[in-house]
Amino acid sequence: MGSTKPNFSVVGKSLPRLDGPAKVRGKAEFTDDLKMSGMLYGSIKQSTVGHAIIKNINFSKALKLPGVVAVITGKDAPKPFSASGFKPTETALAVEKVTYYGEGVAAVAAIDEATAEDACELIEVEYEELPVLTDPEEALKSKTQIHEWAKNNITCDGIQEFGDVDDAMKKADFIVENTYKSSYVNNAFLEPHAALAHYEKPCGKLTIHAPNQLPHYMQLAVSQTMEVPMEKVRIISPMIGGGFGGKTDPTPAAVAAAMLSRKTGRPVKIANDRKEVFLQNKGRHPAIMKIKMGLDKEGNILGLEFDSTLDGGAHTSWGLVVFWFTAALLQMPYKVANSRFSGRRVFTNKPACGAQRGLAGVQVKMAMESLMDEAAHKLGMNPYELRKKNAVETGYKTPSVTVCGHSEFKKCLDTVVKNADYNNKVGQLPYGKGIGLAGGHYSSGGAFLLYRSLRPHSTANIKIDTEAGITVFTGATDIGQGATTVIPQMVAEIFGVDYTDVNLVIQDTMLTPMDNGTMDSRVTYGAGHAVKNAAMDAKKKLQEGIAPFLETQADKVSCELGKVCSIEGSKKEIPFIEAIRTYQEKHGTLYGEGSYTPPQPIGDYPGKLIGPSPAFGFTAQIAEVEVDLETGKITIPNYYEAGDCGQPINPMSVHGQVEGAISMGLGQALYEEMIVAENGEMMNTSFHGYRIPTTMDMPPIHSEIVESYDPGSSFGNKEVGEGPTCAVIPAILNAIYDAIGIRFTEVPVTPEKVLFALKEKEAQSK
Amino acid sequence: MKQALELNINGLTYDVVVSPREILADVLREKLGLIGTKKGCGQGDCGTCTVLIDGRPYLSCITLALSCKGKEILTIEGMEKDGELHPIQKSYIKNGAVQCGFCTPGMIMSSKALLDENPKPTEMEIRRALEGNLCRCTGYTKIVEAVQNVKQGGKE
Repeated sequence: MGSTKPNFSVVGKSLPRLDGPAKVRGKAEFTDDLKMSGMLYGSIKQSTVGHAIIKNINFSKALKLPGVVAVITGKDAPKPFSASGFKPTETALAVEKVTYYGEGVAAVAAIDEATAEDACELIEVEYEELPVLTDPEEALKSKTQIHEWAKNNITCDGIQEFGDVDDAMKKADFIVENTYKSSYVNNAFLEPHAALAHYEKPCGKLTIHAPNQLPHYMQLAVSQTMEVPMEKVRIISPMIGGGFGGKTDPTPAAVAAAMLSRKTGRPVKIANDRKEVFLQNKGRHPAIMKIKMGLDKEGNILGLEFDSTLDGGAHTSWGLVVFWFTAALLQMPYKVANSRFSGRRVFTNKPACGAQRGLAGVQVKMAMESLMDEAAHKLGMNPYELRKKNAVETGYKTPSVTVCGHSEFKKCLDTVVKNADYNNKVGQLPYGKGIGLAGGHYSSGGAFLLYRSLRPHSTANIKIDTEAGITVFTGATDIGQGATTVIPQMVAEIFGVDYTDVNLVIQDTMLTPMDNGTMDSRVTYGAGHAVKNAAMDAKKKLQEGIAPFLETQADKVSCELGKVCSIEGSKKEIPFIEAIRTYQEKHGTLYGEGSYTPPQPIGDYPGKLIGPSPAFGFTAQIAEVEVDLETGKITIPNYYEAGDCGQPINPMSVHGQVEGAISMGLGQALYEEMIVAENGEMMNTSFHGYRIPTTMDMPPIHSEIVESYDPGSSFGNKEVGEGPTCAVIPAILNAIYDAIGIRFTEVPVTPEKVLFALKEKEAQSK
Repeated sequence: MKQALELNINGLTYDVVVSPREILADVLREKLGLIGTKKGCGQGDCGTCTVLIDGRPYLSCITLALSCKGKEILTIEGMEKDGELHPIQKSYIKNGAVQCGFCTPGMIMSSKALLDENPKPTEMEIRRALEGNLCRCTGYTKIVEAVQNVKQGGKE
């Protein structure tokens, strides 16, 4: 791979989404839009206690209701599952105890949804209630154990140390420290969880249609929990209406539907309403973060200490990954030679936390980027200058032996500061108006699968024939980020055809080769590599097969502008499909195969499997805020972003991802929080109680893609789906400090909190 | 007690049998195969179930089917004419306003209601009109641009 950027003809163009027409016409089929002949409708009975032993479940009345076909409980599939297979605690329906308010305890299949729901009301559950732990610090000290094996309710804990941080702190001229608390927020994708399962008794095959970002892991987990061999389980993801990490675990809907289908021999569909979606959560882990940084008088970071208590809710889910990823994300985008990470991920009796866009990064950057500003103020340095001084560059090797293969972070800082005219505004705006800067980075996929295996992370196949033209098979999933457009763009680039000429078969574990799935911002990067390798494999065969016909040599055969031609000698050319026709006469159908495995990490330290990545995206963001001193309301007149995503495959899609990421970060900064009462009941299980940003809440966003090209990537591309989410909270918190001199260390920053803080500040100054 | 009901949807008349508590969204999706109208919350908060009734936007997940007797209902399926997309639909695709697509039908219906009444809205008027349609993917920037860029104010 050359280090200079090639001239692209399809890659790099803002081409409209290929699935756009189906979506605007209302023809795109999401899971709840599907029907199968003989289908039953399922409903799940959810617990109304936060922590209890299930003494008895009596569903005799439910079975007698006309139209009810079957009732199941947790005993019908008692083996637990978790994303990585690490310390699984979760079953589709609770088996012996419920650990959160809203956990499923039984499910009904009936001839229609209303009957199934009515039947659930008739199920009687006898609970022996246990103490409900809603606070992680309380859970650590409590005698009550939520899961038998978890002492002090700890899912996992550990320490990661590099260099000598105590010595660094002794040598430091300045020390800054603070405690930051991030909030309990939800992915809030607009499409609720749903599943349509069909267990075919005669052959023992189970097919589940469900919007899942990681069909491979769902297949593995379903196979384990249902005790069906993996090769007899087929997971198909229909159109996915947003995931953001929340559609990674197998859902109660999917597994309960499968269990009901096995019991009845008929397809069963379960569709959750929004309350049920909130009650199963799997959103972002709240974090209590104690951070301390030592710097010399020039502003070089000498050492960093970071302690994190993650509130994991009732189940393991992604807890292990979020925990160690917290540690990994401390190592960039600034050079930190000496660091100590310590922490613990704790169980509480709340709907479990899982993975949410920018996992671990949003929490870490909230603390780190806020503290960078605190350090800048203490040193009397411009926060931009401080960041630039410590910024990583291409080739930087972290103490955790992770190589930053490519970075344009400094360019991001320079660009956003220039676009926002930051240096002429910071510290200089009238009281009540402020400007804040924050940076960030994120990985383009991890080095390891979620379980221990050396198999490729992505494999793709290509079939080219006159029957369908070019068809690409990949296990990657499109959750709305646009994978089904950028993958055809990549393939079209290689074969010189129009991107509309590339067919795509995706997200079906039977038809498509295994892919690690849509998580950790890895699809454009990882699946992209595999698809390119497959395309190049097919192209090489085509070149060799068609060369004699074009009276030239294989390496002189070129695919461009819809033609296959010889670029030297005969200069003959034929349309692409004719070249395929000629090829297949002699050789049959043209196939290509390619796969991709990221380089293996070489470090040896606790948590080493989580963090190293083949590439990193970078962002720098600036928020302007206006604080209404009468109402406490914060408005954002302008928001700026400059990002390094390497070569954008589709710039319009990149901007779309940045804008969406900013809206999620902004929601957490100012509006969103799930509120749980002492008894474990979530109080705001609706979009009117849990406020995600609307059109009226979003500022004008000025985003710029900095010129960048990562030569280690298939087309120079790196991630952009998650990284931008992580800089938003600190950019806003830093802007609020600039506006009113108050450092908020918790989110959401509501008008009430602002007014209270202003009053307190006024009282203290008297 | 179920009742027979005649519904006028996208210019066609449909005969259905509904129970008094049945909502319009379910009749469209379950009985008439018009799955373009979505259910994102079932509580009237998210706007993905938006349809036009006599030209005004309504949340079909909290509208009783029986209350629609004698009214003209327009769903996302009724936006295109003989397979030709409506200018609003074309603008959404062209301007990158579609990501996961789940909010898209409701968003387009609200956009149509706005443009039918006000063919040249300001940015603030567009944002106000779409305030009841939630989106988690786009941050709304390109949705607003799409509505601003609709040719001829959406007249076909």
